[in-house]
Amino acid sequence: MKYIRIIPRLDIKGPNLVKGIHLEGLRVLGKPEDFAQLYYEHGADEIIYQDTVASLYQRNNLTEIITRTVENIFIPLTVGGGIRTLDDINIVLRAGADKISINTAAVNNPSFIDQASRFFGSSTIVVAIECIRQNDGTFLAYTDNGREHTGVEVLNWAREAEGRGAGEILLTSIDQEGTGNGFDLDLIRMVTAAVKIPVIAHGGAANVPHIVDSINSAGADAVAIASMLHYASVKLIGDLTGKYEKEGNIEFLKGKKSFKSFGQENLMEIKSQLNDSGIPLRVLN
Amino acid sequence: MDIAIIDYKMSNLHSVQAACRKVGLSSVITSDQAQILDAKIAVLPGVGAFSKAMNHLVELKLDDCIYRFIESGKPFIGICLGLQLLFDESDEFGKHTGLGIVKGKVKKFHFLENSNSKHPIPQIGWNKVQQTSTIWKDTFLGDNYNDDFMYFVHSHYVVPEDENIILSTTTYGTTEYCSAIKQDNIFATQFHPEKSGKIGIKIYEGIKNKIG
Repeated sequence: MKYIRIIPRLDIKGPNLVKGIHLEGLRVLGKPEDFAQLYYEHGADEIIYQDTVASLYQRNNLTEIITRTVENIFIPLTVGGGIRTLDDINIVLRAGADKISINTAAVNNPSFIDQASRFFGSSTIVVAIECIRQNDGTFLAYTDNGREHTGVEVLNWAREAEGRGAGEILLTSIDQEGTGNGFDLDLIRMVTAAVKIPVIAHGGAANVPHIVDSINSAGADAVAIASMLHYASVKLIGDLTGKYEKEGNIEFLKGKKSFKSFGQENLMEIKSQLNDSGIPLRVLN
Repeated sequence: MDIAIIDYKMSNLHSVQAACRKVGLSSVITSDQAQILDAKIAVLPGVGAFSKAMNHLVELKLDDCIYRFIESGKPFIGICLGLQLLFDESDEFGKHTGLGIVKGKVKKFHFLENSNSKHPIPQIGWNKVQQTSTIWKDTFLGDNYNDDFMYFVHSHYVVPEDENIILSTTTYGTTEYCSAIKQDNIFATQFHPEKSGKIGIKIYEGIKNKIG
């Protein structure tokens, strides 16, 4: 049996969990450790931390957030954003991460995937592919949160990443990301059919039927969800307003408005509904 | 020191240490033979390539150290690659000799192409362990964990010659494989208790209770 993983993805800017649309326009939601802890209690299968500003790891407080997180959370943690060198990987793993994800560094220098997987083992290296659908129906990979056009075609790039030793692919549709309009099923179907390694689908989930589609209709091995989880969790995390005035856009927290397009279920309820829909996954007893 | 986590420069060992800390076990990450032999329990963790791992063990003279620790009769724990390395040989990228402490082989998952039920290799994620033996209760597992989910990351699985040492099996794709063994003072798992959430931490609590 293959059990589908449901993976909360936490985009981090400075000390804060943030969320945007199309990977931009970031709102501050709270402290990543608090959300990660809640998701762990609710049965998250793994956690992804993504540093949105791709800071330099030598002087990066993300490592402190990682270390605080793994003291209490005993599921795999993947960390990405701005990882450029084998040293960066070492720093992140030593801080307590289990896996790292690379995008820009891999696109700029594909042999970095070979080096990293040889050095740290394939299962430690996740290649993140951020995709934008083109007018002719093909998909191109982008870097720097969708700002940099690379001209790299996604299907070939996924195959190449696998061939070079990637352990998993984290596949983001920038078009769908943050919109709540559902996954890009064509994109997921294309990549899952082309590679043998696990594919984590990301971008667009607003409700349980969206997740079911990505698995049953497009073959996702794991699903990363963000907005639909975070917006529903802000209330649960407690009164966070007023603590994050120094950085970012806190209008969302002050307003306490919810986004109607996103479901209001917490992770435990989401997994239970997926289970009821016949998706094989781990549910806590 | 309660636990020596054997460092052979292969993988992230901090998660094992974090789990020890969580349940109040003292631990040290070390390649030092005296320190390993002195500990109440030795843990051989690891993720990665079998042949490279064996090379590192030999270079650091940790193979001898492991033989001596196991001869001492104190509890020895293998996790993931640390289970596989105990076996005679692996077919990973050609044949490679292991520590030869447990009779048997390490084989790679192989599935026939079937687009309806794709099982990626490596297996990365959660899967169930099915208790197959009554010796289960004599291990750190105690009376728990039958049919529970554990976290796995692997492309290879072990095939012990002596089926009596198999504690549990797990099924991935069309393969039912051995996911934990007990041989004398050796307890080893293909899954990662330190990454298996609260259930996994209970295994560490079991270890803590056993050694007092």
